[in-house]
Amino acid sequence: MFLIPDPVARFFHRMASPPHFYAFTQRLMPWLVVIFLLLTAAGLYGGLYLAPADYQQGDSYRIIYIHVPSAWMSLFIYVVMAVAGAIGLVWRIKLAEIVAISSAPVGASFTFIALVTGSLWGKPMWGTWWVWDARLTSELILLFLYLGVIGLYGAIDDKRTASRAVAILALVGVVNIPIIHYSVEWWNTLHQGPTVTKMDKPSIHVTMLIPLLLMALSFKFYYVIAMLQRARTELLLRERNAQWVKAMVSESTQ
Amino acid sequence: MSLSRAFFAVIRRDLVLALRRRSEIANPLLFFILVITLFPLGIGAQPHLLQAIAPGIIWVSALLAAMLSLDSLFRSDFDDGSLEQILLSPHPTSVLVLAKIIAHWLVTGLPLLIVAPLLAVFLGMPNHSLGILLLTLLLGTPVLSLIGAIGVALTVGLRRGGMILSLLVLPLYVPVLIFAGNAVQMASSGLPVNAQINILIAILLMALVLAPLPTAAALKMSIS
Repeated sequence: MFLIPDPVARFFHRMASPPHFYAFTQRLMPWLVVIFLLLTAAGLYGGLYLAPADYQQGDSYRIIYIHVPSAWMSLFIYVVMAVAGAIGLVWRIKLAEIVAISSAPVGASFTFIALVTGSLWGKPMWGTWWVWDARLTSELILLFLYLGVIGLYGAIDDKRTASRAVAILALVGVVNIPIIHYSVEWWNTLHQGPTVTKMDKPSIHVTMLIPLLLMALSFKFYYVIAMLQRARTELLLRERNAQWVKAMVSESTQ
Repeated sequence: MSLSRAFFAVIRRDLVLALRRRSEIANPLLFFILVITLFPLGIGAQPHLLQAIAPGIIWVSALLAAMLSLDSLFRSDFDDGSLEQILLSPHPTSVLVLAKIIAHWLVTGLPLLIVAPLLAVFLGMPNHSLGILLLTLLLGTPVLSLIGAIGVALTVGLRRGGMILSLLVLPLYVPVLIFAGNAVQMASSGLPVNAQINILIAILLMALVLAPLPTAAALKMSIS
């Protein structure tokens, strides 16, 4: 582990201990919420008031401030889930398993939001709620993959075993991620190509781009908040017989 | 026992077991035929309509038949404990698992190939696309067995794994369905299909190399 500086390694070692993780996230939570609220307020203000209307689509393009960040998050969270699952599978770190499974419902919701907002935008713009093009279909499959992960975890009673099963499934499903990401470049689809992540200059005006990036960042914070809340509950449930949980509960009831 | 002998011993054992219980071969096949006959009854027997959707019908039915047959892949071995013996053997589990998958495909996938041309004629598919249909089934159904094995391995320890299995496996089947269905559709209209066939070959090779590894890992998890 010569590549990782000592304080960083120590931080991760301490975070792998459940009581420390629980206490640390409790102190972190208010800060995360404040940053999330500020970013969302700034992003929405910039996107809905400051950014000009599109010359072709008018005001209805503004749905991208929800649609695009949630679509990015749907991919991002799946990768986080698969990586955390792999870490749990290899090193048997309990917290990595918990992070992996706590990410799944949040990721599924973002995928669902991306599909619904896209469909709402598609009706006035493309004239149809849904087309079976490569990007829409692969995003729908991503939703099914998330649901499969959640369903499999619920079906297995022993939660340590369930975490390993879920990690294997998530890793197999990773093959879908590059397909979604490149679908608009590989196939000639109705869904437009990338406009932000192009290597040269983004083909979106900067007054529209900045609110979009702010919203993307705010969604990342939302994900961290939601995932940590789920992880803390899951941790309490799994560690309910541990000494530190008993101590904490008896402390709070006094 | 060398690895190759163990590999063929597993295939032989599974084939003998399947021959003793012939219903396991017949069930997916009957299901395949029955589902296909349901479509003309359900949507009406206009020849043009049937001809247009025949590739899709045959492929979706093959996919469902493959999924239905998956449960027999590890179930009986899990119940009588021979799966544990396979995992305990000194040979790499993934190779022995591959042998089991191949045997399973020979029993459940290959019969589909034999009846598929007959059903294609039933649905009025043009003769010149039958070859492509067979080729896509030959390349595609092993992938269905290989990917399905991962799902079965994950759920074999569950009492009611049936519903969850379809949720795990069907999304992963979609690429095969898309490319195979598209190839047969193109061939029916007389267009070249080299690209789709090449992609199917690539998917098959990838699945052949990669799928046994998570299957073995999942089996170890299910047994423990």
